[in-house]
Amino acid sequence: MLEAGKKRGGWSWWYLLLLIQFVAVLWPPFFNRTEPHWVGMPFFYWYQLLWVIIGAVLTAIVYFVTEQ
Amino acid sequence: MQDVNWTALTIFVLLFAFITWLGFAAANWRRGDLDLLHEWGLGGRRFGTFVTWFLIGGDLYTAYTFIAVPALAFGAGAVAFFAVPYTIVAYPIFFLVFPRIWYVCHKHHYITAGDFVRGRFGNRWLALAVTVTGIVATMPYIALQLVGLQVVIGALGVSGTGLAADLPLVIAFVILAAFTYSSGLRAPASIAIVKDLLIYLTAFAAVIAIPIQLGGFGKIFAAVPAQKLLLATPGPNTTGAYSAYATLALGSALALFLYPHSMTGILSASSGRAVRRNAALLPGYSFMLGLLALVGFFALAAGVAGLPEFAAGFKQFGNNFAVPALFLHSFPSWFVGIAFAAIGIGALVPAAIMSIASANLYTRNIHREFINPNPTDKQEAQMAKWVSLIVKFGALVFIVFVPTQFAIYLQLLGGIWIIQTLPSVILGAYTRWFNDWALLVGWAVGIIVGTAMAAAVNLTPTFPLQIAGFTFPGYTALYTVILNVIVAAVLTPVFNALTAQRTPFDETAASDYYA
Repeated sequence: MLEAGKKRGGWSWWYLLLLIQFVAVLWPPFFNRTEPHWVGMPFFYWYQLLWVIIGAVLTAIVYFVTEQ
Repeated sequence: MQDVNWTALTIFVLLFAFITWLGFAAANWRRGDLDLLHEWGLGGRRFGTFVTWFLIGGDLYTAYTFIAVPALAFGAGAVAFFAVPYTIVAYPIFFLVFPRIWYVCHKHHYITAGDFVRGRFGNRWLALAVTVTGIVATMPYIALQLVGLQVVIGALGVSGTGLAADLPLVIAFVILAAFTYSSGLRAPASIAIVKDLLIYLTAFAAVIAIPIQLGGFGKIFAAVPAQKLLLATPGPNTTGAYSAYATLALGSALALFLYPHSMTGILSASSGRAVRRNAALLPGYSFMLGLLALVGFFALAAGVAGLPEFAAGFKQFGNNFAVPALFLHSFPSWFVGIAFAAIGIGALVPAAIMSIASANLYTRNIHREFINPNPTDKQEAQMAKWVSLIVKFGALVFIVFVPTQFAIYLQLLGGIWIIQTLPSVILGAYTRWFNDWALLVGWAVGIIVGTAMAAAVNLTPTFPLQIAGFTFPGYTALYTVILNVIVAAVLTPVFNALTAQRTPFDETAASDYYA
């Protein structure tokens, strides 16, 4: 009973996957540069836009694996 | 100011007429008894994944966002892009915390964050602190929505002198107040769907059509001055623009869902699963926000600031005129009407939800708690309806009579204040370890120190924190909420020892926080 409760309502190790996006976008030395360009867009901009998509995919993965 | 753009104005007015009708008709949507507060103020908690997505999206991405983020890119460059990491990190926080809050609020019929804190910690004064912070932080936010509306009305060429100058704004607000009063949260929920479709249409048109006109992204970014293109590399002994950028993003993300209007949007969902799903689906909006930030650069590249027909607009609205000017410059008149209507309606949706959220807070956690503890259901709902009117009227008076800059300053302070409710609400969703009086002292310290720090840097968002000869410029809200948590953590064992209370009050059980 207690075990089941913990599993469903408490912590899941999958949640650590969500941390990746914090590191990726909150450390400007990773991305504060212009090269390489992509379709004329400096790295700074397309890198962060790309992480919107990666972040959404990571969150979706965590959603599906923690759903039951 | 330029002449009235009749084609654009006609389409703008037609779309406004449509959403006005929709706002009133919404009273009958998923019909409920609007004399009950949870029906009026939370839409009966009946919105599934799909409607919740539009409602929360329409709620968080406001007209002011669509004007101000590109305006910041236009004026200050790369730093404006902090809005992107901000929304990237906001959703994991949302995913982890807010389904728990939804479950516990559903189980105990809580309507506001104040209700939750009252039930969790049993301290009416702590609940009052959370409530007052929420209301005070929301008021200038509503006023800023009006700024967004003002800019597009001005850009349509509608102008006048004296009080007549504000007449269109007053009309828009009377409409807003009337349908919010009669339909409650159902009105902004239904209008949010129209608003978001229009906004998406506008954003994609802007991001596809304008770069083609301007000769591609390469040319656009070549037109951006080098010092605006990237964050400034920090000098010696400071983390410079890097820490400012990262802390602005993280602090804003932590504050975002503490705002009462976010809470109202979340609690109106029909299930915890709908809330969880939305955490994965809402980044759709973040992508659009990032694209819109780029629109500020389009405006730079198009050189709209130098065109004589826009000189008056920039003089009146400053950089906030960049996006409307770009649209007028790049789009045919009929599409300008659609784009401006998207921004204008984008002001009404959050303003409606914010006023409902403030009304719920006042009714539940001030009036019921301190003035009339036993209202009938009907009295309670009626009180909330009146308060929503008063709140909106206050915002209107503010924006008509007080310089816009004050609303911007107050909104900045509002972010610093609202984040101080984090220990009670977000940490409170996970643990009852903190002592309620320790939380209250932590809150007070955060509010006072945060306000003083903001005043010391002339009401700019970042504070140059000095530690051992090293400077860490960072978002005041984030620094002060850390202080707040430390104070609460240190005082908790002290206060527990003083009160000698064996089991702390808590009307929620651990199993209330999940399905």
